[in-house]
Amino acid sequence: MYSEDNLIPISALQHVLFCERQYALIHLEQIWEENQFTAEGKVLHERVDAEHHESRRLFRQEYGMAVRSLEQGLIGKCDLVELWYTDGGGVKRVSPVEFKRGREKESDVDRIQLCAQALCLEEMFKTAIESGQLYYLQEHRRVDVILGGELREKTQNLTERIRAIQQAGKTPAAEYEMRKCDRCSLVDICMPKTSGTASKKVDRFIQTQLRLMKNGDGENEEAS
Amino acid sequence: MRKLLNTLYVSSQGSYLQKEGETVVVEREKQRVLQLPIHTIGGIVCFGNVLCSPFLLGFCAERDVSVSFLSEHGRFLASVRGPVSGNVLLRRRQYRMADDDESTRRIASQVISGKLANCRIVMNRTIRDHAAKVDALALKAASEAIDRIIDRIPRAKSSDEIRGFEGQAAAEYFKVLNHLIIEQKNDFIFTERNRRPPLDEVNALLSFMYTLLAHDVRSALETVGLDPAVGFLHRDRPGRPGLALDIMEEFRPVIADRLVLSLINRRQITKKGFSKAANGAVTMDDATRKTVLTEYQSRKQDTVYHPYIEETVPIGLLFFIQANLMAHHIRGDIDGYPPFFWR
Ligand code: SF4
Repeated sequence: MYSEDNLIPISALQHVLFCERQYALIHLEQIWEENQFTAEGKVLHERVDAEHHESRRLFRQEYGMAVRSLEQGLIGKCDLVELWYTDGGGVKRVSPVEFKRGREKESDVDRIQLCAQALCLEEMFKTAIESGQLYYLQEHRRVDVILGGELREKTQNLTERIRAIQQAGKTPAAEYEMRKCDRCSLVDICMPKTSGTASKKVDRFIQTQLRLMKNGDGENEEAS
Repeated sequence: MRKLLNTLYVSSQGSYLQKEGETVVVEREKQRVLQLPIHTIGGIVCFGNVLCSPFLLGFCAERDVSVSFLSEHGRFLASVRGPVSGNVLLRRRQYRMADDDESTRRIASQVISGKLANCRIVMNRTIRDHAAKVDALALKAASEAIDRIIDRIPRAKSSDEIRGFEGQAAAEYFKVLNHLIIEQKNDFIFTERNRRPPLDEVNALLSFMYTLLAHDVRSALETVGLDPAVGFLHRDRPGRPGLALDIMEEFRPVIADRLVLSLINRRQITKKGFSKAANGAVTMDDATRKTVLTEYQSRKQDTVYHPYIEETVPIGLLFFIQANLMAHHIRGDIDGYPPFFWR
């Protein structure tokens, strides 16, 4: 059991899956990057709020539900939770729905996020959740996600990985990967091309620059 | 590369700044003189009697736009920033390194290597471009003296020794700074560096430029999560932005001094734009200050090659890049602080 002070935001799962250094920069060092949070978050939630709010007698839709699990040590928010009730007023079925702007992804990132939400909901509603849904806004299409053992295991492994990085308290070094870094919102702060394994020896760099300055003595510089 | 955002300098007395939707509105005598979308602004600097509405301040804090208040003559008064800045883990490492003699000595020597190389570049270019008009011998002698100091830096045993080298080099440099003034030589005479208050026009210009630089470096440090107050070369003194002053060193000659020299040498400013108070303090008038600000603003758009990151970048981004490189060294991503070498 984790304490309330020690919960991992569900959003961290997607960051750590994308890049461990990105996770550490955002969550350990609290570096904030505009496009990541404000821009994206806003647009999405405006859309979500605009969705039709439906409620029948034995069925309810709750938007923006705050969820957490002390067992898993997770905390977050669900875009939408759908609840089915029994005639007696008990909860019969719970299903999280996560809204996505883009297309269905090859990676597990969206399914893992949904699974983490489901783990929280299971604890809060004391019920088993077998599936959830991803709703692709542009295509107005819902996709069922079966919350099987493998997905749950992946989600828990990622949570453990996050705890390990937290424990170490050290931001992992950068490793430049074009496909990843070129669409990373932290690339300017991270400087993956000149830090970590790609970094130059600073003293040698300085000696080279000083030598260039002396040899050139400003003679062959272009006019300024 | 990150976008270079403009700094909004407001120096007209009695201006009032307020928020309107997603924009900043500047009013003067109840007349709207400027309206800018917030996402185009990187920082706001107010000189003297300039008012900002609390809603604008809150808005700027939320959008990570720094707002600084300076006296009419450019002395720093206060700044307002949002909750975004500050990075506990990084700052702890910064403080630990600042307490460690060896780390301090290394960073100080790296900073000073950059600064002295950049001083030499300024002198050598004048010798090259204006050999006939200047006292090339005096400049060459000073340049070579600084060169010898550069050679001694790696052997320094303590950061105090580095500070000593810095002092000697500054003396050599300022001794010949007057030779770098090529036009209006009778109106702009530099004999020595003085700042509290500046006693001649050149010192007034230098002090003003250094304040602008300090503001930009300080904002950049806060953006990357470092504490601008705790430096390596500059020891802690309450109210002094030690780390901002450290990183400023390498920029002073090539950005501030060169700008001042070119304003004089191109006759963009004249002696008439200054006044002298009874105590000898020299201050510039509004028009001159505006010329300096406009020129600085436009210099920031010029590009320059950065030898460490091997990219050509706008000058205005250098502050962020160097602050970020310092954060990288403190974090342990790189094995030292690579200063900026002007090419
Ligand atoms: S730029 Fe690359 S290495 Fe750096 S945080 Fe982003 S993805 Fe990770």
